[in-house]
Amino acid sequence: MALVNSVRKIGHRVIEAIWRIGYATHFFVLILLNSGSSFRRFRLTVKELFFTGVMSLIIILVAGLFVGVVLGLQGYEILKRYGSESALGTLVALSLLRELGPVLAALLFAGRAGSAMTAEIGLMKASEQLAAMDMMAVSPIARVVAPRFWAGVISMPILATIFSVMGVFGGYLVGVVYIGVDEGSFWSQMQGSVEFQHDVMNGVFKSFIFGIAVTVISLFEGFDAPPTAEGVSRATTRTVVQSSLIILLLDVVLTALMFRGN
Amino acid sequence: MRAPTNEQENLFVSPQPLVEIRDVNFAYGSRAILKGINMTFHKGKVIAIMGGSGCGKTTLFRLIAGALSPTKGEIKIDGQVMHELDQQGLYAMRRKMGVLFQFGALFTDMSVYDNVAFQMREHTDLPEEMIHDLVMMKLQTVGLRGTHALMPSELSGGMARRVALARTIALDPMLILYDEPFTGLDPISLTVVGDSIRRLNSALGTTSVVVTHDVQESMKLVDYIYFISDGVIAAEGTPEEIQASDKSFVHQFVHGERDGPVPFHYPSGSYMQDLGVSV
Repeated sequence: MALVNSVRKIGHRVIEAIWRIGYATHFFVLILLNSGSSFRRFRLTVKELFFTGVMSLIIILVAGLFVGVVLGLQGYEILKRYGSESALGTLVALSLLRELGPVLAALLFAGRAGSAMTAEIGLMKASEQLAAMDMMAVSPIARVVAPRFWAGVISMPILATIFSVMGVFGGYLVGVVYIGVDEGSFWSQMQGSVEFQHDVMNGVFKSFIFGIAVTVISLFEGFDAPPTAEGVSRATTRTVVQSSLIILLLDVVLTALMFRGN
Repeated sequence: MRAPTNEQENLFVSPQPLVEIRDVNFAYGSRAILKGINMTFHKGKVIAIMGGSGCGKTTLFRLIAGALSPTKGEIKIDGQVMHELDQQGLYAMRRKMGVLFQFGALFTDMSVYDNVAFQMREHTDLPEEMIHDLVMMKLQTVGLRGTHALMPSELSGGMARRVALARTIALDPMLILYDEPFTGLDPISLTVVGDSIRRLNSALGTTSVVVTHDVQESMKLVDYIYFISDGVIAAEGTPEEIQASDKSFVHQFVHGERDGPVPFHYPSGSYMQDLGVSV
């Protein structure tokens, strides 16, 4: 009997998980279909860009700088063993542009902006604001959700780029200014080894995909949250956990597709 | 604002019903919530739908608003069957309706002014100067013109309800639905909100449906009352008829009696057994 119950529980969970994936996909399609007003009335999207993008700037700037500093210190230690200190610029830039910039910026974005989106939409639902909007013949998906989605998708690559730029600056500070690596070789090696298409654009593309994933998860969790304090709190936690896992999973897939041993 | 006379009110009353509810049934899965509901709301009237918690009145409210579809029967508003409308048709109908939610449901990221202007900006091409005048007039109607620059978080519960009322009437709806408009209000706000419902109904020539369990306040302002119990209409009539009703359920509800057809005790086993006392 206990075994049957366990199997039944597992079955229920699997069905629920599949149902949620289907519901989330349907929600994503609805966002795309209702995106017209996000562009026709672009000020709605600009307002959300401020909350999701501009308000995330401080954490992105500081985290980018610190990661660059650590990369510079650790990278120098390793490269010195092989007498390749001059390649520090290359190491810092490629690590940030290909991996750390998009991934860490997306993780920070999920924690800062994604959780805020879930909590805001969840509370709007709990206080019947979304229902009121629907009763006023204004689609909440078009008016509330779609502008936030596009704000997230637009701001994510920009934030990841800013993160990488700050990281390179941090690497420069510690490598060139603090340790004394030759400035000319730091920049020239970086310039010689970083390819715009292969490294920069792939990183931007990654962060664009992460932006879609994090924003859809955040908005869906808020929209689907039970209208209670506990429901919103759980939805916010789920947003951060699921977004982080999806970012890392997508990074594995995208990296495998983009850099197959090249 | 002076209260309209009976003759003035009668100008708005039309024999043609605005809302017709015919044999409406609704169930969540196998659990029946509403069973064969029939109601008719005439233009210009204020109607109350009453009943205890969980009797199905909120479900009926959502059915009238088109947020749910009946499992059987139909709800016709202004000649159109609600559950047969597509999204576009439903939104076109909702533009002619106003809904006041239990706690106002004001948009917390917008000022009072922007809340009231919301529908005007979304559904009309009116210039901003005209919207300004209209917003001020709507706020004046509920006595809160001075709050236009405040945020919803700066309002008391009663004020938020009145601002929400101003937002509800922004586009002069033909039908206004009120979901528990008296819940959690102090006596002054209660009178103000109740008075506003009656006056606005007369001034706009609209039809109002008040879903509530507040007997005393509703009796003062409505024209007709439907009592719902266990998903069916247990009683109906004018406030005077309801007051004089000898039906035991209505009597218990209207007079707020502790015990009656709605028992005080939730069904349970032997009390002695639960206490572990053998008789």
